[in-house]
Amino acid sequence: MNLELTDEQVFLRDAARDALSRVDTVAAARSAIEDPASLPDLWPTACAAGWAGLLVGEASGGAGLGVFDAMLVMMEAGRVLAGVALLGHLPASELLDRGGSSVTGDVAEGSVRACLVAARPPGDVVSTWTVEASAGSVRVEAPELGEDGRLDGRVCWVPDASSAGVFVVVATQAGGGGPVAVVVDGDDSGVSVEPVMRFDATRSLGHVTFAGASVSVLDDVGADQCASAWYLAQALLAAESLGSVETALETSVAYAKERFTFGRAIGSYQAVKHSLVEILRLRENAYSLLVYAGWAYEDAPDEFPLAASAARAAAGHALDYASRALISVHGGLGATWEHDAPLFFRRAQLSRRLLGGLGDATDRVAGELLAGA
Amino acid sequence: MDLNDSPEQAQYRAKVRSWLQEHRSEAPVFSGQDEQESIAARREWQGTLAEAGLAGVTWPVELGGQGLGAVEQVIVNQEIARAGVPGILDVIGVGMLGPTLIAHGTDEQKHRYLGPMLHADEVWCQLFSEPAAGSDLAAVQARAVLQEDGGWRLSGQKVWTTNAHFASFGLLLARTDPSVPKHKGLTMFIVPMDGEGVTVRPLRKLSGEPDFNEVFFDDVALDADAVCGPVGGGWGTAMTTLMFERLTIGLGSEAMGYRAERFAQAIAADAHARRDPEVRRRLGEVSLELLAVKFSGYRTLSALQQGQIPGPESGLAKITTVRAAIEAGDLIADVLGPEALEADSEWSHMISYLPGLKSAGGTEEILRNTIGERVLGLPPEPRLDKGIAFSELRAAERAAVAAAKSGSRS
Repeated sequence: MNLELTDEQVFLRDAARDALSRVDTVAAARSAIEDPASLPDLWPTACAAGWAGLLVGEASGGAGLGVFDAMLVMMEAGRVLAGVALLGHLPASELLDRGGSSVTGDVAEGSVRACLVAARPPGDVVSTWTVEASAGSVRVEAPELGEDGRLDGRVCWVPDASSAGVFVVVATQAGGGGPVAVVVDGDDSGVSVEPVMRFDATRSLGHVTFAGASVSVLDDVGADQCASAWYLAQALLAAESLGSVETALETSVAYAKERFTFGRAIGSYQAVKHSLVEILRLRENAYSLLVYAGWAYEDAPDEFPLAASAARAAAGHALDYASRALISVHGGLGATWEHDAPLFFRRAQLSRRLLGGLGDATDRVAGELLAGA
Repeated sequence: MDLNDSPEQAQYRAKVRSWLQEHRSEAPVFSGQDEQESIAARREWQGTLAEAGLAGVTWPVELGGQGLGAVEQVIVNQEIARAGVPGILDVIGVGMLGPTLIAHGTDEQKHRYLGPMLHADEVWCQLFSEPAAGSDLAAVQARAVLQEDGGWRLSGQKVWTTNAHFASFGLLLARTDPSVPKHKGLTMFIVPMDGEGVTVRPLRKLSGEPDFNEVFFDDVALDADAVCGPVGGGWGTAMTTLMFERLTIGLGSEAMGYRAERFAQAIAADAHARRDPEVRRRLGEVSLELLAVKFSGYRTLSALQQGQIPGPESGLAKITTVRAAIEAGDLIADVLGPEALEADSEWSHMISYLPGLKSAGGTEEILRNTIGERVLGLPPEPRLDKGIAFSELRAAERAAVAAAKSGSRS
């Protein structure tokens, strides 16, 4: 047994930290709330570092690394609230490579940015493939591939949809049959994207509408792979959230050591100390589940839905808790515009509601266990 | 990322598995006999396991152990759980007190005590906690006074002592010098439980089970060679025991049986509950915590394999396990209704066991203090007991209690 990071993984992580330190991404997250156009474009950084092709096999021009490696990069992005567009790109690149798409090489290189339009797989209660609606708690049917080979449907709140070069869409088929993954060119006249920003300016989202879009179907991508893409996105979002938790913990602990009240550092009070240990506890749990997800993806794919859902729910909850604690440890200061704490809070608030939300991930943990009981 | 055994470990596992397969019919069954019979059967089973090299796996070879690592110990624990047979009876002795003797005892002590401990011919108990010294263990008041002949006289009371009612010996932390600050005046002793002046009284727990005791010492005579480790150095000796306690709990957590799959099975049997969103949310939250603890355990094991010793952060897994199991018990009882609380039900047993487990091996609050200070580096709370002679500290405490009482009367 060996769950330590390999030398290569330590190198990947440190290189990511270094690459992302060249821009003050946290300050940029603040400015972009009022001026979205000021957000730095980190895609060239991602391409230069080789992240675009991280999950693409070497034969197709990628680095052929593992899912846990991708999670390490996502953690680093989460630490500094960097919006790197990998959440949409990485799971899409994996499906393109698996389906032998001709665009894979460009996607691996990053000259074409891909975006996964994921659908939530059926579970033990709901038996259809569903996507997010623009509002409300009801989920809608995934886009449908018609018998004429055209794609119709609307998917809302899709991460990294704006200005994507190519969409990989999980769709159902008219007349039945299993789900398919189809590729839609970003320039196709049958696709339109309404860019949306809510609360956290670092997160690029879009409502994507397909109206008779032309597609090419990815071969050899069946229901399992379509489902796996959803769970991969869950795991990557979990890793990104966990990175933000780490920053929240480090910042809170540092402040608790240097801020004095009644003649002593506030970190010496049990009420504060226990809350900070709670962040650590949630962090350790979430990290262990990321390890589980990384291992399951490679060695126990049947357990990947459970592991990725558990990681997503745990990391999301950890970020909720940590971002609130970060504010409260700093007192009134933590709730001011100038402080970084609100930016992490904004990140937490939006993240917990994307891709099915934390509630769905938690329900999926139960569903997977109940189905296997 | 590799969860698999190395070839050597796989070979060891296969050997352990095949031995257990061959001998499982000799193992005692879990229920159906009275406590005396059950203990006798489990003593014998521990002896059998020891003969086969499945007890004291990490003990040195020259002291009867196998000289192997923590990973092999975990393999044995896993295989014993898999075979559905009981493990050793004296987990506290073999897992915690034996290793303390190995670290601090004299050669004579090691050769006298370790063999019978390993084979459960003599079971041991841990005499640390007292009515007024739990989280604040260094506040022990059991007093050992040096005699002219070099022996000691011991008086005082211990409590929450598992297995004391059938133990042959106890490892006891006593105050030998009240004139120095409290961590400094302590000494560890080996105490025969059949000595004159030793009284063991069973304490029934919330669950009704009698496996706890309080133990009274009334002027008990101890020989000079009853001292384990340096006189006045008992705190350091106790820290060794507590380190092995963390290790034993950390490596044995799988055997506690708080698994997500087990709880899901109980819910799945109820066709209505398994589709109830609120039940599913609660089951999901409990399950992800237990799955996390499982993989935290693998991380600990992986770290051990790289030669690291688990630090206080391993207490987080204990906090999570207990919290999640409490939530799981509540959830299952909410689903099953009052029937879950029937005396013989597994859930009733679990529900009554957990509130006490929350404080066992350190309360959740004290664990959070320790982790906050030692792992996160947060400053400790100001303490009023530093650098003060223990006797003065006690006098000040008594005065404060008296003042509070007279204040509340006026």
